[in-house]
Amino acid sequence: MGSRASTLLREEEIEEIKKETGFSHSQITRLYSRFTSLDKGENGALSREDFQRIPELAINPLGDRIINAFFPDGEDQVNFRGFMRTLAHFRPVEDNEKNKNVSNTEPLNSRTNKLHFAFQLYDLDRDDKISRDELLQVLRMMVGVNISDEQLGSIADRTIQEADANGDGCISFTEFMKVLEKVDVEQKMSIRFLH
Amino acid sequence: MGGTQGSVLFFGLLVIISRSLANEVPTLETSHSTTNATSSSSGHETAVISTLPIVSWKWHHVSEPYLVALWILVCWLCKLVIEANHHVTNIIPESALLICAGFILGGIIWGADLQQTFKLTPTVFFFYLLPPIILDSGYHMPNKLFFTNLGAILVYAVIGTCWNAASLGLSLWGCHKGGAMGELDIGLLQYLLFGSLIAAVDPVAVLAVFEQVHVNEVLFILVFGESLLNDGVTVVLFNVFDAFVTLGGAQIDAVEIIKGIISFFVVAFGGSLLGFVFGLLMCFLTRCTKNIQIIEPGFIFVVGYLSYLTAEMLSLSAILSCVFCGVCCQKYINANMNENSVKTVKYAMKVFANGSETMIFVFLGISAIDKTIWVWNTGFILLTLLFIFIYRFIGVFIQTWILNRFRLVPLEFIDQLIMGFGGLRGAVAYGLAVMMDENKIKEKNLMVSTTLIVVFFTVIVQGIIMKPLVKWLKVKKATESELTLIEKVQNRVFDHMLVAIEDISGQIGHNYMRDKWKNFEEKWMMWLLMKPSARKKQDHVFNVFHQLNLKDAVEYVSEGESRGSLEFIRNDSAIIDFKKKLGEDIFDTMPDVTADTSFDHGIVLPDRRDPVPSVSLEMHEQTMNGLREMEDLNSHHLLQEHLYKGRKQHRHKFSRNHLTINTDEDEVQEIFQRTMRRRLESFKSAKMGMGPPKIISKHTKKEQQKAPNGMKRNSGDEDFEFSEADSASGYDPSYSYRSGGGIENPAFMADLDPVVPVQIPPWLAEAELYSGAVSPSQRAQARPPLSAGDLRRLAPLRISTRSTDSFMMADIPAAEQRRDSFDLPPPPPPPPSKDGRHQ
Repeated sequence: MGSRASTLLREEEIEEIKKETGFSHSQITRLYSRFTSLDKGENGALSREDFQRIPELAINPLGDRIINAFFPDGEDQVNFRGFMRTLAHFRPVEDNEKNKNVSNTEPLNSRTNKLHFAFQLYDLDRDDKISRDELLQVLRMMVGVNISDEQLGSIADRTIQEADANGDGCISFTEFMKVLEKVDVEQKMSIRFLH
Repeated sequence: MGGTQGSVLFFGLLVIISRSLANEVPTLETSHSTTNATSSSSGHETAVISTLPIVSWKWHHVSEPYLVALWILVCWLCKLVIEANHHVTNIIPESALLICAGFILGGIIWGADLQQTFKLTPTVFFFYLLPPIILDSGYHMPNKLFFTNLGAILVYAVIGTCWNAASLGLSLWGCHKGGAMGELDIGLLQYLLFGSLIAAVDPVAVLAVFEQVHVNEVLFILVFGESLLNDGVTVVLFNVFDAFVTLGGAQIDAVEIIKGIISFFVVAFGGSLLGFVFGLLMCFLTRCTKNIQIIEPGFIFVVGYLSYLTAEMLSLSAILSCVFCGVCCQKYINANMNENSVKTVKYAMKVFANGSETMIFVFLGISAIDKTIWVWNTGFILLTLLFIFIYRFIGVFIQTWILNRFRLVPLEFIDQLIMGFGGLRGAVAYGLAVMMDENKIKEKNLMVSTTLIVVFFTVIVQGIIMKPLVKWLKVKKATESELTLIEKVQNRVFDHMLVAIEDISGQIGHNYMRDKWKNFEEKWMMWLLMKPSARKKQDHVFNVFHQLNLKDAVEYVSEGESRGSLEFIRNDSAIIDFKKKLGEDIFDTMPDVTADTSFDHGIVLPDRRDPVPSVSLEMHEQTMNGLREMEDLNSHHLLQEHLYKGRKQHRHKFSRNHLTINTDEDEVQEIFQRTMRRRLESFKSAKMGMGPPKIISKHTKKEQQKAPNGMKRNSGDEDFEFSEADSASGYDPSYSYRSGGGIENPAFMADLDPVVPVQIPPWLAEAELYSGAVSPSQRAQARPPLSAGDLRRLAPLRISTRSTDSFMMADIPAAEQRRDSFDLPPPPPPPPSKDGRHQ
C-alpha cells in the first residue's frame, strides 16, 4: 500500500506539498495512501460522497460541516493538494517554526489560520460574520434533542452577546478571535499526525 | 488585629495545656505504643476505698484517648490561628507555617519538660495519618487528566525516583570516598538506602504548596500524580535496600539483585492491583446498600482503609493500593450512593485528609525539637541538599526531553523549571528515616536529622520561593475565570473537529484502546457494579433538569420572600401558567423517560408526573422579570450538560459527576440519524420523483409486521422508511413527545430507539448511506428537520398530540418551504452529473 502510494506521488509534488503545508515526507506518503484508499472513484480527487463513506463521520455531529471545509470554494472535488492543505491546519505548532517563518506567508497551522478554519465552520454564507441563525444551526447540531428551542435561542443570544463588541448582532472574525483569546487554540486544534 | 490577639491568647492557652500535660502524662508516642508501663500500671489504681466517692479524679482512666483528642485539637487550633492571618499565608505557605507552629509547640514542651516527649512515630504516621490523605487524593483525583497524562506521570514517578535515589546515593558515596565528610560509618548500600528514602517528592507537601499557587492543570497533575505514585515507589525501594543492608554486602549477588528488581515490580503492581480489587469490592458493596443508607459512607472509609492495611499485610505497596482503590471506585460509588451519602463521603474525606495533613506538619515541627537526634555533619547535610536539588532538575530535564518527543504539546522549559523546583520532600521521607534500624545503620541519627533538614528546607524555603517564582516566570496558570458560553461551545467544536480529522486522516490514534475499554466497561462493569436504578438514572437529562429546577425553585422562593410572601404564587394566572409549563416540561423530558418503556405510553405519563413538580417552577421564573442572571446560569448549565461530547472526550471521562456518563449511546444514535437525515436532504432535490409510492407501501407493511411484536428495531437501513410508516399509521409509541422539541423532525424522533445497540458497524453504516441515498422515502423528503431558525411553539399540540396528527402533517410543508429558502446546510444540491452517477 505504502509503496504503491509513493510510486504514484512524484517527488517534486511531495516537495511542493512539504513546503506549503510543513508535513514531513513520511507523513505525506502515509496520508497519500489514506487519500487513495478513500478515493473510491480512483480519479485522483475526493468527492463529498467519498468522505461520507467514512463511518465515524456519520456519528460526528459536525461531520458534514467538516467535510465541507475540505471544499473551500464550492467545488465538488478536492485533490490531494487541497486535502493536505486542509489537514495542515491541524498540525501542531512546533517551536522552531515560530521564528523561522517570518519572511514567508503565515503557515497554515498558525493560530489565526486555525481559528479561521473553525470560524468558517459556522460561517455558511461566507460573509465573515456569524449570524444568530448560523450559530443556532451549529448549536442545534451539537446538542441533544432535549433542549427546547427557547433555551437554545437564549443560549445563542447570550453567546453572541458575549462576543459582539460592536453591537451588530453578529460575530465577526475579529470578535471571534478576541473572545477566544484565552483559549489554547494551538493545543486544542492540533493532532499528532503519524509518521 | 483580631488575629494577633487571638494568637496571643492561643499561645497562652497552649503553654498551660502543654505544661499540665507534659508534667502529668505519658507521651503521645507511648500513648500509641501498647506496651506502656505507666499507663498500664496506673490503670489499676483500685486502691483501698473507705467510703463511696461521689466524684473522683480519674485522669489515667482516660489519659490515652484524651491526649490524642487534645493533640488533634491543638493542631487544628494552630491551623485556625494561621489561617486567620491572611496576609501571612499569602507570602508563606501554610505548610511552612504549620511546621513553625510545631517548632514553637515543641519548644514549649521542651521548656516545660526538658525532654522530647512528643514526636511523630512511623506507626502513627503510616497507619493513621497517611491513609486518609492518600485515599482522599485517589478519590478526588481528576481522572480524565490523570489518565491522559498517566504515561508521563509513571515515567516521572518510577524512573525519576530511581534516578534520584541512585544518583544521590552514588554521589554521596563518592564524596564520602573523596573525604568530603570526614569519618562516617556508612557503606554504599546504606547510602543507597538513604537515597531511596529521600528520593520521593511528597504528595502532602506538594499539594499544600501547589494548591495555593494555581499553576495550570497539566503541570499540576504531573507534579501531583508523580508525588502520589512515587511514594509507593520509594517505599518499595526502601524495603528492597533495607533488605540488602540486612543481608550485608557480601551476600548480594546477581540473583539477589534480580530478585530485588522483581520484587520491586511485584510490590508496585501487586499493590495497584489489590487497590483495584478493593475498589471493585467497594463499588459492589455500594450497589447493595440501598437499605442501610445511613452507614453507606462508612463503607467507603472502611474498605479504603482495609485496602491499605491488606496491602501492608501482604507487603505490597499500601500507598499505591489505596490510591488506585480511590481512583477506581469514584465513578461507580458516586452513581450508586444517594446524593447525601456522596456529599458525606466527600466532606468527611476532606475533613480527615486536611486534618491529618495539619497534624503531620505540626508534628514534623515538634519532632525537630529533640537534642538526641541532632547530629551535625556539614559535608553530609549540605551535599545532600545540593545533590537533591541538582539531580531533581537534571532528572526532570532529561525525562521531559524524552517525553516531549511523544507529547502533542511539549512541556515548556518554564514548566520544567517549576517541576524541578516543586520537588518538595515531606513526612514520608521522615517516617521512613525513623523506621531505620539503629543496629544495622550506625549513622541513623545523622540520616534522620539530614532528612528533617531537607524536609524543612524544601517545604519552607522552596515553598516560600515558589509563589514569587511562578509569578516571575509567568507560568501558565489555571484559568480562574468562569468559562464563557462561546468558549464552552467552541471547545466542543474543537473536540468534534479533532475526532473528525483523525477519522479522515485514517489514524486510530490513542482513541482505540479507550474505545475498547469503554465498550467493555459499559457492557460488564456497569452491569456488575452499578445499581440498576443508577444505571437508568444515568439518563442525565432528567437529572439535570431536576437539579436546574431545584435551583430555580430556591431562587423563586427567595424572590417570593423578598417580596414579602409567596402569595403571588397562588394567584390564578400563575396556576394556569404553572400547569401549562408542567405539561411542557413533561413532554420535554419525555424522550428520556419514555425511552425504555416505549409501548404503554398511557401508563407512563401519570407515573412520570410525580418526579416532575419539583421541576416545573422553572418556566414560571421566566414570567418574572429581573431574573436575567438566572437565565444565564441556566444557559451555562444546559449547554454544559447537553452538548454532544467529542468521542475523544467521553472515552475516558471518569467523571465525578455522574450525570454525564451513560449518554453516549443515545448521543451516537442521535447524531448518526441526524447526519443521515441531513445527507438525505442534500440529495433531495436531485432525487425527487423517483417513484416513492412503491417504497412507502413496502415499508409500511414491514413496519406493521414488526412493531406489534415489539421486536427490537434494527438501526439498519430501514430506519428512514420506518419513520414515515410510523406517522402514517398513527401508531407510534413515541408520538406524544415528538413535537416536543418543536424543531426536530418527527420522523427522526420516532426512530430514536435507545434500546438499539449503539455501535453501528461500519459496514452497516455504509450500506445505510447508500440505501438512504438511493431511495429516500417520500416522507423523508417531505420533512427535512426543521431548523432552529423557525422555532415554532407547538405547545398547544403537545397536550393532545394523538388527535392532531393530521394537523401536524398539514403544518409541516409550510415550515419546510420556509426552511428550504434559507436554511439548507452547505452541501448544495448535488450537480446533475452526480445525480446521473447514482442512478
